[in-house]
Amino acid sequence: MWEYTDKVKEHFKNPKNVGEIENPDAVGVAGSLKCGDQLKLYLKIDENNVITDAKFQTFGCGSAVASSSILTEMVIGKTIEEAKKITNKEIAEMLGGLPPAKMHCSVMGREALEAAIANWEKVELPVKDKIVCQCYDVSLGDIAKSIEEGASTVDEVMEKTGAGMGCMKCRNFVKDIVNKELQK
Amino acid sequence: MKLIYLDNNATTKVDENVVSSMLPYFSEKYGNPSSIYDLAHISHDAIQEARETIKDFMGAETPNEIIFTSCGTESANMAIRGALAINKDKKHIITTEVEHHCVLNLYKELEENGYEATYIGVNECGELNLEELKNAIRPDTALVSVMHANNETGAIFPITEIAEVVKEINPETLVFSDCVQVAGKVKMNLKETKVDFASISGHKFHAPKGIGALYIKRRVKIPPLLIGGHQERMLRAGTENVPYIVAMGEAAKNCMQNFDEKIKKITYLRDKLEKGILDNVYNAILNSKAENKVPNTTNIGFQYVEGELILLYLNDLGICASSGSACTTGDLEASHVLRAQNVPFTALHGSIRFSLSHNTTEEEIDYVIENLPKVINKIIEISPFQKELKELKNKQC
Ligand SMILES: Cc1ncc(COP(=O)(O)O)c(C=O)c1O
Ligand code: FES
Ligand SMILES: [Zn+2]
Repeated sequence: MWEYTDKVKEHFKNPKNVGEIENPDAVGVAGSLKCGDQLKLYLKIDENNVITDAKFQTFGCGSAVASSSILTEMVIGKTIEEAKKITNKEIAEMLGGLPPAKMHCSVMGREALEAAIANWEKVELPVKDKIVCQCYDVSLGDIAKSIEEGASTVDEVMEKTGAGMGCMKCRNFVKDIVNKELQK
Repeated sequence: MKLIYLDNNATTKVDENVVSSMLPYFSEKYGNPSSIYDLAHISHDAIQEARETIKDFMGAETPNEIIFTSCGTESANMAIRGALAINKDKKHIITTEVEHHCVLNLYKELEENGYEATYIGVNECGELNLEELKNAIRPDTALVSVMHANNETGAIFPITEIAEVVKEINPETLVFSDCVQVAGKVKMNLKETKVDFASISGHKFHAPKGIGALYIKRRVKIPPLLIGGHQERMLRAGTENVPYIVAMGEAAKNCMQNFDEKIKKITYLRDKLEKGILDNVYNAILNSKAENKVPNTTNIGFQYVEGELILLYLNDLGICASSGSACTTGDLEASHVLRAQNVPFTALHGSIRFSLSHNTTEEEIDYVIENLPKVINKIIEISPFQKELKELKNKQC
């Protein structure tokens, strides 16, 4: 069993701000059903760029739900500029820490927030910024770069970038991407 | 809060008379079975008596076919490595995609050391593809390892028929069957089969953890796994774990007593639980679909919700169950067993195994049937897949 802090337990047992916001000003999604967790974040943002309300829906483990729940508490009242600065580490710290294999849950939180803000700012996140490995925060761009720099096998790319070296659930996905990139 | 233990495929509660049977062998009858005096004889005889019981329990021909080991994993390692030592010049090995890690990970290691392995798949019900197995057997096939029952779904594989087929195609190929999950649930009769090796583990049938046995068919001669003294016919050196061997013998006796009656009750409760959940939870699907399955196990997938969260909420109600196997918690990959039988990805991460024992009561099952739907509904509320869930619900009504 995982060692979860009391704070984590409190948040997955009684998650705050669960649900959908009607007519949200921004929505951000991270993760997918296939990968085993997904977070949908809804924001209400006023004319001063302050986040006045946040709600979430999560498919995922205890720490995914806890990360989502604490994230909504963290962003409410913050300006967009302030919210942009929230890191996955801060999310984990607010929960009193997460088991190493579960850090990807906090990354999913930050990713959903980023996506929501991009949605509000009406900017498309550049494809290269798409996160492939949540554990090590490795993007498509990082993988392409490691290949440019000489990595020529899946193992070398994983070694260089760290992708797939944590919980391993992104491994097949990483392999596909690397093989595609290598074919280019 | 009362504990409702429905994880008996992970481990079981040690029966009370099993505990009392082993206690004298710590500080009263503590002689080394290899020594010469009367005190030692007591230990020696106790081991032989347990060996006789395990012989009956596994349906072996002679007690000498039973070797005591420290666990199911050790038994599997001993059988597999032993078989390969016998068939030294054969470098092809076969097993199934759904074996326990004590077989799969050893096969992976063997593959790194020059062996070629074939993994036989299962159909959507979790049943083994026998044709695929037949076609895989070659002149250089050293070993076929097929579990008797799967720990996650309870699916039973027809090992008698499998061993028959294997020997017909290649009489030199050896057959190992991991029988850990059938011990105490299905009667074993190994002497009537062509299976060469079979493993069991005490803690799965109400004996303590850390004791197991390996059945080795008469006239099959393997080299020892542990080299040292003359214990266990020199096949497994090391002073015997007398109290635990006694305990496993006692637990096996318990299993054989009123066997049919106990199994009838367990089957009734398992079926009630299965039906109760499937009828009352609209996003539930059955993963334990094999026609032939052990009586105590059911595996149910809950679509669009995640398994760990279900287990954490159940834990708060005092209900112990598991997702995947105990060994795979700590690993975030969805279960290799459920993936092998193509469980829909909507349920892959939300599958829960309930495994009962003779200690399970009807009140406990009723409590779970009453409370589980509430837990699932609470988690459904958090899910981002509201649209998909609504569609499922409408379909059900
Ligand atoms: C099918 C199967 N084989 C082998 C084992 C390993 O047994 P043990 O824990 O005694 O090593 C288990 C138990 O986890 C099992 O379920
Ligand atoms: S997401 Fe965990 S290793 Fe990549
Ligand atoms: Zn998670």
